[in-house]
Formats: sequence, structure tokens, C-alpha cells
Amino acid sequence: MFKDFLNMAIRSLSRRKLRSWLTMIGIFIGIAAVVSLISLGQGMQNAIEEQFFQLGADKLTIQTKGPSFGPPGSNTDLMLMDSDLEVVKRSRGVKIAASRLVEPIRVEFNEKEKFIFVATLPQESKEREMVIEVANVDPSDMIAGRPLKQSDQWKVIMSEDYLEPKFDNKGLQVGDKVKIDGQAVEVVGMYKKTGNPMVDMAFVMNEDPVRELLDLPKKSGLIVAQVTPGIDMALVVENIEKDLRQHRNLKEGKEDFEVESPEDLLDSVSTILNVVTAVLVGIAGISLLVGGIGIMNTMYTSVLERRKEIGILKAIGARNSDVLGIFLVEAGVLGLIGGTIGILLGIAFSKTVEIIATIALGTTLIQASFPWYLILGSLAFSFGVGSLAGTYPAMQASKLPPVEALRQ
Amino acid sequence: MKKNKVIIKLKDVWKTYTMGENKVHALRGLNLEVAEGEFLSIMGPSGSGKSTAMNMIGCLDIPSKGSISLDGTDIASLAESDLAQIRGQRIGFIFQKFNLINTLTAKENIMLPMVFQGYPENKRHEQAERLLRLVDLHDRMDHRPNELSGGQQQRVAIARALAVSPQVILADEPTGNLDSKSGGSVIDFLKKLHKEKGTTIVMVTHDANVAKHADRREYLKDGQIVKKL
Ligand SMILES: Nc1ncnc2c1ncn2[C@@H]1O[C@H](COP(=O)(O)OP(=O)(O)OP(=O)(O)O)[C@@H](O)[C@H]1O
Ligand SMILES: [Mg+2]
Repeated sequence: MFKDFLNMAIRSLSRRKLRSWLTMIGIFIGIAAVVSLISLGQGMQNAIEEQFFQLGADKLTIQTKGPSFGPPGSNTDLMLMDSDLEVVKRSRGVKIAASRLVEPIRVEFNEKEKFIFVATLPQESKEREMVIEVANVDPSDMIAGRPLKQSDQWKVIMSEDYLEPKFDNKGLQVGDKVKIDGQAVEVVGMYKKTGNPMVDMAFVMNEDPVRELLDLPKKSGLIVAQVTPGIDMALVVENIEKDLRQHRNLKEGKEDFEVESPEDLLDSVSTILNVVTAVLVGIAGISLLVGGIGIMNTMYTSVLERRKEIGILKAIGARNSDVLGIFLVEAGVLGLIGGTIGILLGIAFSKTVEIIATIALGTTLIQASFPWYLILGSLAFSFGVGSLAGTYPAMQASKLPPVEALRQ
Repeated sequence: MKKNKVIIKLKDVWKTYTMGENKVHALRGLNLEVAEGEFLSIMGPSGSGKSTAMNMIGCLDIPSKGSISLDGTDIASLAESDLAQIRGQRIGFIFQKFNLINTLTAKENIMLPMVFQGYPENKRHEQAERLLRLVDLHDRMDHRPNELSGGQQQRVAIARALAVSPQVILADEPTGNLDSKSGGSVIDFLKKLHKEKGTTIVMVTHDANVAKHADRREYLKDGQIVKKL
């Protein structure tokens, strides 16, 4: 029975081709939007998650909180000091901890002066390794020159962003000498840019020379800590919070510092992405609603035009429920075909965005992902919108008195 | 011809249409009996209520007053779904304007009544092809109605009416839209059906030459049976 109704629906839709296509536009725009938004959102989330767990899923960052316009840890009133680092090092579950200074500093080159943040790498090997992982300055990512060595003193590295003319008409090259707070420092290497502007804009130097230059023997900046394998991250966060609270003489809930784990960051990123996706999907939903109204309108017109056909169907034995079924299936098919095209368009769109993002922006953060529930859900949903919109017209059709219908 | 049992019985049937202030009486106390296996032709001027009467015999409409019984069942007492059931199982309609579904092929049109009666698919194909052969249109089964001539369309309509082997064939001016040759073959066909299968046939026509093929003729005027026009 359903098969026969389906056949009839396809026949009568293909007879009114242009109108059928026009009717489906609303549905397929809506579904295309939903599919591409969700697939990109989902893909982005997956990519971010992957990145997070690649670098430093076992690392925590501790920094002061409160109003601060600079990068993390640069707030002048609130500072983490050497003694705080010692506390963190002694906290249960912390394997290694190191400080990382992130300070604004005056840089001169090509007779041009700029303030640039200098981020430091620890002098000790293990600590250095750990920070390098979270700092995105992997030695294998050097595109020119060499990585910063532990023994380097007046040497600096930065991202390839500085190849561009940032000092009037001149960019930096390996071998150039810049003046940092009056001290001549040599550019020894450039690393690939990460896409994170905070990382790409900073100069990277060893810790000791920066402390000497800025006369900051005891400041700790932000603290990076690695968790002992096998210990629950949340537990370690709690331990550090408790110990630091005690050391800094603070009540619970009044902390002037923050312990951030990758999960926290991930959660906040996900939340933002979800909100954005929800808003966009809402807009797409409106388009689907309009599409549904379009189907309703078309089906209604179709019922009016096909009164005679309805009369014939009834004369040859169709029950009201058969007529209802025929028109519902037809409306559902309109939705379903619209949905299928929408899904294909959506997939094509998000794949295009992915390719453009990869080639033009060089980021692998935008990945389209098509989970099965998205595809099946969209199909079921578009069939549902179609038949729902068709319900009222189909009921009208089924209730037509057969003689009335035949008289046309 | 021996007297069979009465299969269709109209008793004092009235049908009144209200158009705003006016009341139109399409039927005014119509009495009519049709015996099983009979070939009856109804004649009468335009507007005399022939189609109205046919629609009521075919359960497409119910009378305003009076009773209609089909094989002993009073149709006024039936719900819409039961009426549909009777139309689908016991009645085969043939219309003046063929009334085929334009989007479906000849064969699909013939199979449609069987779909509503829940015939299994292979049975439907078998039966449709048999009927197409019967009306001599086997080579046109995948054609749409608009690719067929009027006479061919009417033959498809006849095949459709026969699909569920109904007790009664109701033909409302089946030759009205056809030339005399195609009209003739349609009538020959109905006669053959009547003779070989014993199907009860009620046929409305304007044409005395067509009407003469029936066993019996009745005349309708102003919604009533009259002796002679
Ligand atoms: N739905 C309706 N509403 C109003 N009047 C109607 C309706 N159906 C039929 N009539 C009227 O009832 C009368 C009988 O109509 P009917 O169609 O039965 O005539 P007929 O004998 O079949 O005529 P024809 O030979 O032209 O087909 C006519 O006057 C017609 O106008
Ligand atoms: Mg008529």
C-alpha cells in the first residue's frame, strides 16, 4: 500500500516539476544550513579536542586572576612569586612545575620602537621540555635558523609572522640584531606560526637573561605544572588550590589565582561553540518552518486542483484514510527529497569550507564531520516537516464528499 | 428472461440541493428496481436527475429522503468508510469523461481499485494484464491516458471498473464523448460482459440507438420515472 502511494506521489510530483522544486527550496536551504553548521561545529570541536590532548593533556596552568589587560600573569598588583612555585612543586600529584614569565618589553629595530611580550623558557632541561610542549615552540617546527639552546643568552626566536614588515618597511630575518630594553639580541630562529595570535606575537627567550634584563629575580609569572601519571587531574587541581590558598593566606572562594586544566579550557570552548551552533541552527530552523509553510501551501493548492482526482479515487473504493495517506506521503516525499538535496548541499558546503580553511588559512581547526545521527536525523526531520505541513491539506482532501469532488 | 431477485431498490427517493435561497429538487420521489443480471438503460433530458440517481446507486451520495438498498443493505444507514467499501468491492463506475488518473499508466489505473482492496501485488499485475487483453489494449499498458484516444481511454476505464469483479456496473453516458464507432465497441463490450458474466449493468444515455441494446429502458423526467417521454 505504502509503496503504491509512494509511486503515486512521485508521479504526481514529477508532473508538477517546477512547482515541486520551488516548494522544496525552503526545505533544502534549511536542511543544508543545519547540516553544514552542525557538521562544522562538531568537526571544530573534535579538532580542538584532539589538539588539546596532543599537547599537554596532563598539564595545568596557574595564574593570577582579576582585571588584567595584558596576557595571563602580567597583572602588576597580583603576582605569583618564587615561593608560590615552590608550593606548587611540593603539592601532591605535581610531577614538575616551572615558571614562565610573560613581560612586555621595549624592542627597537630599524629605528623603530615597539612594545612586545617576551615569553621565557626555563633553564632546566625537564622543565624546559614541559614548557616547550605547551608553548607551541617545538624545535621541529622551526622554519628558519635553529631552536633556542639552554646555553643561549642574548638570543631570541619568534614566529614567522615577523618576516612581514612589522618595523616600518622591514621584517626580521635570522641573523638580525634587535635591541631589547637597550640590550642587543640576535634573532637565531623562526618557528612556524600556530594560528594563535598570543603565541605568534611573542618573542621567546631564555629565563635567566630576561630576569637579569628586567631585574625580576623573584617573580614567577605564570606557573606550568605537569601532573604525575595516573593521578586524577581534578584532584591535583584541588591540592594545588588548597596549598596555594594556605600559603597566600586566602579563604576558600576568595582566591586571587586560578588553576586551569585543559578540560576547563575545552569546556569553555565547547560551550561557546554550542551556543553559536544553537543560535545558527535556530535561524536554520526558521528557514525550515518557512519551508514547511511552503509545503503546506503547495499541498493545499494541490488538493484544490485535484478535487476531481480525489473524487475518482473515492469512486473506485478509496477510503478517507487512503486519500489522507496518499496526500501525506506526497507531502512527506516533498520534504524528504528537499531534505536529501539539503544534506548533499550541506556536505558540499562544509567540505568546501574545510578545504578553503586548510589551503587559504592554513588551519586544520576547521574540519567537517558527518556523524550518522546527523544524516539520519535530518532525513527523518525533513520527512516529518513535510508530512506535518501536509496534514491539514490532506485532511481536507480526505473529507471531500465524493460527488462534490467529481462534479468539477 | 427469468425474473431474478432485486439487487437495487430505490423507494421514494428525493434529492434536494439548497443553493442559497433556492431549493433544487434533482429527484422527486424516484422509485426504481433493478434485478440481478439485468441490463437497464435510463434515458431522459438533461437535468432530469439521471447522474444524481446513478451517484446514489453507486454510494457516492446519500438521498435527502427515501431509501436506497443495495443487495438488501440500506445505504442511508452506512458510515462513509462502509460506503467506500461497497464502492470498492461491489460497484464499477464508467463515466462519460473517462475519469482516469492522468499521472498513472493504463495498467496502473486498472490496478488502483485492487490496491484499495488490498489485493497482493502479483494478483494485481496478473488481473490488470488479463483485463488489458480483454479490452484489446495489451500493447498500450504503459501509456498514460493523454497518450490514448478517447475510445481507448474508455476501454481502460471499463477494465478498471471490472478490476475487482463487481456485482454492478454503473455507466453514466459511457458513449457520450465518443464517435459512433468507438461508442459501438464500448456497447458491444458491455453487452458481452452482461451476457457472458451476468453482470448487472445500469447505463445512462441520451442516445436511443445505444439504449436499444439494453434489456429494459426507463425514462426519467424532472426527477421521476415516467412511462414515455
Ligand atoms: N451539487 C449540486 N448542486 C446544485 N444542483 C445540483 C447539484 N447536482 C445536480 N444539481 C442539479 O440537479 C439537477 C439534476 O442534475 P443531474 O446532473 O442529475 O442531471 P442529468 O440528468 O445527469 O443531466 P445531463 O444529461 O446533462 O448529465 C440539475 O438541475 C442540476 O443542476
Ligand atoms: Mg448527467
